[in-house]
Amino acid sequence: MTEDMRGTPREEGTQWYDNEAGPLVRPYAMTGGRTRPGPTGVRFDLIALVTLDPGAPGVDDALLGPEHRALIGLCRTETQSVAELAAGADLPVGVVRVLLGDLLELGCVTVSRSVPPAQLPDERILREVIEGLRAL
Amino acid sequence: MVSEHSDAPGGETAALALKILVAGGFGVGKTTLVGAVSEIRPLRTEELLSEAGQSVDDTDGVDHKTTTTVAMDFGRITIRSGLSLYLFGTPGQDRFWFLWDELSQGALGAVVLADTRRLEDCFPAVDYFEHRRIPFVVAVNCFAGARRHGAPDVSRALDLDRGTPVVLCDARDRDSGKEVLIRLVEYAGRMHTARLLDSVG
Repeated sequence: MTEDMRGTPREEGTQWYDNEAGPLVRPYAMTGGRTRPGPTGVRFDLIALVTLDPGAPGVDDALLGPEHRALIGLCRTETQSVAELAAGADLPVGVVRVLLGDLLELGCVTVSRSVPPAQLPDERILREVIEGLRAL
Repeated sequence: MVSEHSDAPGGETAALALKILVAGGFGVGKTTLVGAVSEIRPLRTEELLSEAGQSVDDTDGVDHKTTTTVAMDFGRITIRSGLSLYLFGTPGQDRFWFLWDELSQGALGAVVLADTRRLEDCFPAVDYFEHRRIPFVVAVNCFAGARRHGAPDVSRALDLDRGTPVVLCDARDRDSGKEVLIRLVEYAGRMHTARLLDSVG
């Protein structure tokens, strides 16, 4: 993160460059000041899976910022979790959630709901997971 | 889960992702364990505290720094197309408890990594998962040079509920990490079944 450099004498040759200097664009600028996804108010879990909607109508590019497009680009190769999108786009999770809310409303993506705590997967799935782990 | 995943085999239509948490004290090997079993290099995601920190009101002494970030490492294991396991290393510091609440929501279970040289570091994690009835196993990371303790010793020292598995492991070793996860999924399944029976009886 960038910090106020006034009044902090620094040794010569220790300026910050590139990533060291913090983001050029503040997170709130990318979300237009919003901290929550649009009117639907959904909160995407870190492992909610985001898939590009193949039947999505062409979206007016003017509605999308570069970060929106980056997220779409990441989903193009394969279904991605919210956590993977955040890491892949190098954006804070909170920002990704807001942008995903936009993409969901525009009909570009579908987002899976996470499993509610009381509804853990059935035994068949767990057995499949155990066998899958053994086979790794 | 509601997302359609058209290329999943066997008539499966919904892609399913399961979440496992890896908790424990600072430097106990959480990221190492995630890295050992993950098929992807552990990724790092950041959460802005100013965004998620409604429950954190004590910013005194943090001197105007309003956008602290906290990093979480995570990895992935694809069981098959449409079924994957995500592992999240929980932030070590206590002041990030509120993130644990979000992480643990809907989690299949947790691995509490322990180092016998400083067992007390994992007390908070053990407490946390016991109180929330989230299935967990204690994995003792056998650091070179650390005195070996048997699983029953560790279980007693941590005052674990009966049945909570304790596994000795090497967090750097893939097979060892896999074994820990298998024990956890087996245990989570048993816990889940037991609760279902409870609710019926």
